[in-house]
Amino acid sequence: MRWSRVRAVVRRDLTVALGSKAVVLPAILVPLLLLVVLPAAVGLAPRYVDAEALGDVEQLLLLLPAEVLDTLPEDPALLGAVVTLTYLLSPLILLVPVMLSAVLAADGIAGEHERRTLEGLLLTPLSDRELATAKLLAAWVPAVLIGLVGAALYATVTNLTLGRQLGAWLLPTNEFALLALWAGPTFAAAALGAVSLVSVRSRTTQEAFQLGGVVVLPIVAMVVGQAAGVLLLSPWALVGAGAVAAVLAALLLVAATRSLSRPRLGPRLG
Amino acid sequence: MTAEPVLRLDGVTRRFGDVVALDELTLHVPAGQVVGLLGHNGAGKTTAVRLLAGLLAPDAGAVRVDTLDPVVDGAAVRQRLGVLPARPIVDDRLTGAQNLSFAAAVFGLEPEVARERAGELLASFGLDARADERVGGYSTGMRQRLSLVRVLLTDPQVLLLDEPTAALDPIAARQVLRTLATLAARADRTVVVCTHDLAEAETLCDRVVVLANGRSIAEGSPAELAAAHRPGELRFDVGADAAPSAVAVLSHLVPVEPRILAGGRVSVTGVAHEAVPDLVRHLVAADIPVHEAVRSRPSLQEVYLALHGEVPLEEERP
Repeated sequence: MRWSRVRAVVRRDLTVALGSKAVVLPAILVPLLLLVVLPAAVGLAPRYVDAEALGDVEQLLLLLPAEVLDTLPEDPALLGAVVTLTYLLSPLILLVPVMLSAVLAADGIAGEHERRTLEGLLLTPLSDRELATAKLLAAWVPAVLIGLVGAALYATVTNLTLGRQLGAWLLPTNEFALLALWAGPTFAAAALGAVSLVSVRSRTTQEAFQLGGVVVLPIVAMVVGQAAGVLLLSPWALVGAGAVAAVLAALLLVAATRSLSRPRLGPRLG
Repeated sequence: MTAEPVLRLDGVTRRFGDVVALDELTLHVPAGQVVGLLGHNGAGKTTAVRLLAGLLAPDAGAVRVDTLDPVVDGAAVRQRLGVLPARPIVDDRLTGAQNLSFAAAVFGLEPEVARERAGELLASFGLDARADERVGGYSTGMRQRLSLVRVLLTDPQVLLLDEPTAALDPIAARQVLRTLATLAARADRTVVVCTHDLAEAETLCDRVVVLANGRSIAEGSPAELAAAHRPGELRFDVGADAAPSAVAVLSHLVPVEPRILAGGRVSVTGVAHEAVPDLVRHLVAADIPVHEAVRSRPSLQEVYLALHGEVPLEEERP
């Protein structure tokens, strides 16, 4: 494998992606809204809003371990905001790497069909393995990096808004670190595998993304599950969820690598 | 001595579902030759190019570039090929220069060499002033010219060009043809041109292969094909009024029934060079005015049409 060729494709794909509003806007707006504006609003809310308005977190409190409950503030408004940001909303940090890996994979694979540039790429000396590696890295690496930046922003905003009132940093907790460093990359890899497989068969980016959009559903389920008080992402639960995602990702990426090859792509050139 | 073929398709069959795109096609292209692949849409030209580039695998038969199998040694094969597909291969979201620097990187060109060569090619194709603009703002002709620049950037010894002038206006097409003619004139360059444009093939190609339904139905130099398919045609310009009388006179003197063409011309075939003065004498003796007698070698277009059982429009509407 010649890494200089892989790097050339990754660089090209990222330059191409940066030229698309459909890629750049979600890459900026989603982290900004979910990981900066939303935690800032929740973190600042106790200063301006009644405790009742922050919603009912009692169901979630029932799931929290005793040692965690001991550390929570007694002020109902602060309690609601702390629980919301440290437990309820924190799985949202997964949404950024998952969504971005899906968007970049759709743009980098189905987008080649759509822009009719796939044949030109297949006519280069890139081996099938180099091509697949480059395509997958071009989506996964930036998605994970932006995801980590997003998680850091979320933690910073949470600490700046609530931590100062409590006199202690709230994030990262063990759960948050596992979400950012383990679940984020593995969930992104699984999403990448799924969307890549769909993208190879799609003619347009939109079609690929619509079909591959289901990959965000597990994350939505996590947030809803925590909000409903039926699920708590304990460290072990996160290790397990990440491991399942890693196995799923391995299977999907092997299949995607096989699909990103000339024997599969050549007959689909039209 | 015949040069060893650089490109070989031996009894190659390729199917797409129930459609047979190539049907036991054999094609050998020696080094330094310029070969035209002619045929309707769907005749198998693009499939042949994709097989040579390793984008498709044959269902039967063997494909070789030099001695390499494009499916097994694809990277090495594509490293020495320059392939221009029918559609532009440049990315609209990149600038012209970015498209070229990507190609240089994946083909392993030294950055300095690539920059210098890109500069020369961009200038010679009139694209240097817009090299830093996104290709999305280029016209179709500019995209096709940039695609050709990208292909030539690596200075490939073997060029496979799939309808290189199809999307171009006449001026841009002439510019591309001029470049291809210069390339084709170099003895070390092997070129395969797929085209519908028969004048283009006649200008560029040492040899043409006519494909129909995935098979080769004729092969040879344009002159050989002309001689084989429309031999010894002679055209007399006698005027529309005298044309029927001329046919009556000539039909006793030539082996094939004469035909009346548009513009008061009569066409006869199978006439030896020495017999022409005698034919003219007979026409003049019958008071038929012979304004002109032209020995015409059929164009590649006429040969192509004849191979497909068609006649030129001018012969269809006398």
